[in-house]
Amino acid sequence: MTQPLKLRRVPAGNSFLRRLSADRPARAVYVALALLIVLGWLLFALDGGRFLSQENIVGIQQRSAALGIVAIGQTLVILAGSLDLSVAYLISLTSLVAAEIMAGADANVPAAVAAVLAVSALTGLVNGLIVTRLRVHAFIATLGVALIIRGALDERYDGPAGGVPESFQHLGYDRVGPFPVSALLWAAVGACAWLLLSRTRLGYRIYAVGGDAEVARLSGVRTERVVVAVHVLCSVCAGIAGLLLASRLGAGAPTVGTDGGYDLESIAAVVLGGTALAGGRGGVAGTVGGVLLLAVLDSIFNQLEVNSFAKDVVRGVVLVAALAIHARRRRTA
Amino acid sequence: MGSYSRRIIAAAALAVLTLPAAACTSDKPAPAASAAPAGSAGSDEKATGAQSKFFTQADYDAQMAMRRAQPTGSPDKPWEQSIDAQLVDTAAYQKPGPYHLCFSNAAVNNPWRQVGWKTMQAEVGLHKEIVRFTALDAEGKDDKQISDIAELQGKGCDVLIVSPNTTATLTPAVSGACPKVPVIVFDRGVQTDCPVTFIKPIGGYAFGAEAAEFLIDKVPSGGKILALRILPGVDVLETRWSAAKVAFDNSDREIVGVEFTDGDAAKTKSIVSDYIQRYGRIDGVWMDAGATAVAAVEAFEDAGQPVPPINGEDQQDFLQKWHDAKLTAIAPTYPTYQWRTPVIAALKILKGEQVPKVWNLPQPTITHANLATYLKPGMPPLHYALCGCEDLPGYPEKWGGTP
Amino acid sequence: MRRALPIFVVLAGLLVAIAIANPYFLEPPAFLAFVKRAAPLVILAAGQYFVIVSGEFDLSVGSLVTAEVVIAARLIDGSAAATWPVLGLLIVVGALIGLVNGIVTTLLRVPSFITTLGTLLILSGAVFLWTGGAPRGALSPQFRELGRGSLGPVPWSVLILVAVAAAAIYAMRAGFGHTLVATGDNDRAAALSGVRVARVRTAAFMISGLSAAVAAILLGGFAGVSAQVGQGLEFQAITAVVLGGVALGGGRGSVVAAMAGAFTLEALFTLLNLYGISGALEPAVQGVIIIAAVALGAVNLPRSRAAAAP
Repeated sequence: MTQPLKLRRVPAGNSFLRRLSADRPARAVYVALALLIVLGWLLFALDGGRFLSQENIVGIQQRSAALGIVAIGQTLVILAGSLDLSVAYLISLTSLVAAEIMAGADANVPAAVAAVLAVSALTGLVNGLIVTRLRVHAFIATLGVALIIRGALDERYDGPAGGVPESFQHLGYDRVGPFPVSALLWAAVGACAWLLLSRTRLGYRIYAVGGDAEVARLSGVRTERVVVAVHVLCSVCAGIAGLLLASRLGAGAPTVGTDGGYDLESIAAVVLGGTALAGGRGGVAGTVGGVLLLAVLDSIFNQLEVNSFAKDVVRGVVLVAALAIHARRRRTA
Repeated sequence: MGSYSRRIIAAAALAVLTLPAAACTSDKPAPAASAAPAGSAGSDEKATGAQSKFFTQADYDAQMAMRRAQPTGSPDKPWEQSIDAQLVDTAAYQKPGPYHLCFSNAAVNNPWRQVGWKTMQAEVGLHKEIVRFTALDAEGKDDKQISDIAELQGKGCDVLIVSPNTTATLTPAVSGACPKVPVIVFDRGVQTDCPVTFIKPIGGYAFGAEAAEFLIDKVPSGGKILALRILPGVDVLETRWSAAKVAFDNSDREIVGVEFTDGDAAKTKSIVSDYIQRYGRIDGVWMDAGATAVAAVEAFEDAGQPVPPINGEDQQDFLQKWHDAKLTAIAPTYPTYQWRTPVIAALKILKGEQVPKVWNLPQPTITHANLATYLKPGMPPLHYALCGCEDLPGYPEKWGGTP
Repeated sequence: MRRALPIFVVLAGLLVAIAIANPYFLEPPAFLAFVKRAAPLVILAAGQYFVIVSGEFDLSVGSLVTAEVVIAARLIDGSAAATWPVLGLLIVVGALIGLVNGIVTTLLRVPSFITTLGTLLILSGAVFLWTGGAPRGALSPQFRELGRGSLGPVPWSVLILVAVAAAAIYAMRAGFGHTLVATGDNDRAAALSGVRVARVRTAAFMISGLSAAVAAILLGGFAGVSAQVGQGLEFQAITAVVLGGVALGGGRGSVVAAMAGAFTLEALFTLLNLYGISGALEPAVQGVIIIAAVALGAVNLPRSRAAAAP
């Protein structure tokens, strides 16, 4: 179990976050998140609202769960030095697969879930094989797969389709105290990914391949398998997000993924969380922080009724500024 | 590090196991009261393709009848007029002011919604009894709008106005809000009749039919007509095309192509140029929306051909082109003044006055005869003439125009 | 040049296929119309090539095109007198945005994917904040002339394209081109041999910004004011460059091949349209062809290099 690569990347220390993140930048995003929460609390108070009200806390989680799950998958891919631009269309596709197979009947739920997982795993496999076997850059490979899925969606669907039974909608709407089930699902996916990265051989290899594929190969890692595996996992995460969105919408929708901008937003959340776009550095905890940061920002925008163009400007500035700070810390560290 | 993380995992597992027992609540809306079935009408395979699955004969017939019906109310204020009103009692919602109105907006991502949104804000400004107006923009995301509607229910709104991003997917969220607050839906509908009122212009069938009938009138028998659509799958656009299809299929005009433009001017111009090249001449152009009508007109100009009969919408750039180039044209509309009506309806409901269950607004058509009244020099190119905003404070600057 | 060869074969094949379906296509007016239509994308691809060969991405060009058209419409507001000063301003704005992208990427060390994604968000937000949500004003007929009109039988945009292509080829043959490729191939080695890496890359971003400005002038001229004129152009430009056999990650590929990639993409759209595969299946066919073309290009590569960049 002792891997030299791992030891190099996790400095000894006993702070909780340091252990959780396996990477220092994750702390930065949580510091930023804490500051933003304080700012949000102040702004809400000045505006006559309550930041820590149950509705708002539930709202923040509901808004971030789907993006959060996709971003976890995206983290794995990016850590391995690849990336996935097909998630948005895959989410649309899986929401439709889920809703159509369920067709409003409880009995069909297991079959629908299985089909979604199969479809998404297959898409991930295709992505991974194109990247590794055909040696197509991930940017182009996943963009191409995204276009293919889009063609299939355009061909088959011209609007929301299928139906999700009452029972399955509990996934999207129920909550346990202040925690929506969707957020718990996100937490579960995040925990699995964290365990995978910190406790399994595949996890170490993901960091190794993303850090330096050539060195990893020379030290005996089958890099191609690792890349295929992360693509499959990422697509499965997108499939889970598709299931969640189907349960929220009560149907499948051919535009839910692209309208949500889950491709670029998930990448933004990952890098906000301190994971290096080039791979090899970062972790799931940072991504969760990045997603929460975006969600809290959204909640402040909502309270202040900021217009959508100003939102884009702020998001752009936050993204670039955060990355500049990460880059600075990395150099001075 | 082993023991430490194991403890965390154990604690987390324990928490997950015990939480459900602690408090399990659901924010899931109650089931929808009724659902409008999406009917479909089979049709012979024509050059126009199969009939859209969005086509509902009953709705089509109703809209065709409404085109000829006389709206009630003052013609000076078409946004207060209604057609075939089935009034419902709202005494149950009556309460004294001041009021807090809330609005869940699908998006402001196109010029039509921009004009409408500015008009709505100005309408709110007219009423002193509205002391607060909370509006959340879902940025075109269904999932965000569902969360927004849930969030607004916690903000103490007296009325919730919803402009749904998509029909089917927003239905659960709207039916969830209905029991808690009077809901007004406008523009696109939802598949439940729980809102107090649903405000819309006559609708897409009327739009599509108006343009198609004009073309059938102006294009000689056997003439070639090109149909340009923005994109498939949007209900308000599908109905426009399906009504036009019915009209074209019953005529002997030849539909040489049905193309999707993505609402992109350059693509529109390229498509039209290709058709001119391929067929030598095109005798008419039908469009499901006016945003790229000017680009289509320019394609004929650049090819050195006379511009055939064409329809656009009430956008200034098209009206200007129509006037300058003396086109044979028509502009059915989907009026942006409908953004004023929800605010007016909200106040009626809060004052206990009756409102129509389905508030059908008149949907004027701009023709050669009344073009001059709608052409407003100084307004931006993508301004919609039927904003009904000329009497509102801040006009024209607030809408981007110059006096 | 060995990498570039396949794209010319594919392009020639596509042109032949179009000509079979539409014999009129090879006659000068129709062919010039095709080149005119392709010009903005070809120019964007040429600009994007400089950034990609230096080892970076520029995702901001699409929203830069939209921003430039909206700025032009508002500032010109139909006035002939304002046309030329505003044209100059657009060029300056394009270069300036490229400069900012370059400085943030090189000096602040933000990955260019993120820098330019940020610029994309900021530009699309800021320009509509400035105009109040939708474009206002109007382009003058003089401005429209560049994208719409022609000099004799040759459209202005074709002439502009030729000039841009000549400039791009000249730049790549000059010392700048060699340092740019060296930077993209291995920036540490380039820095050690005296190349000012930050400066070279920033120049590449400025060229991309300039090309977006020129593309915006042509697109605005061709089809007029629109709020979504630049939508998706960044992905099309990158796809075109990659189709031309230019490697993402930098260091390899020629600018001529990148421009041929853009022509190929445009020819593909035309062909799909001619054979009636428009609408739904078009993206799927496009996706398959892009993957196939890049995969075929990669097979020719020495294995070790290709494997290093998954």
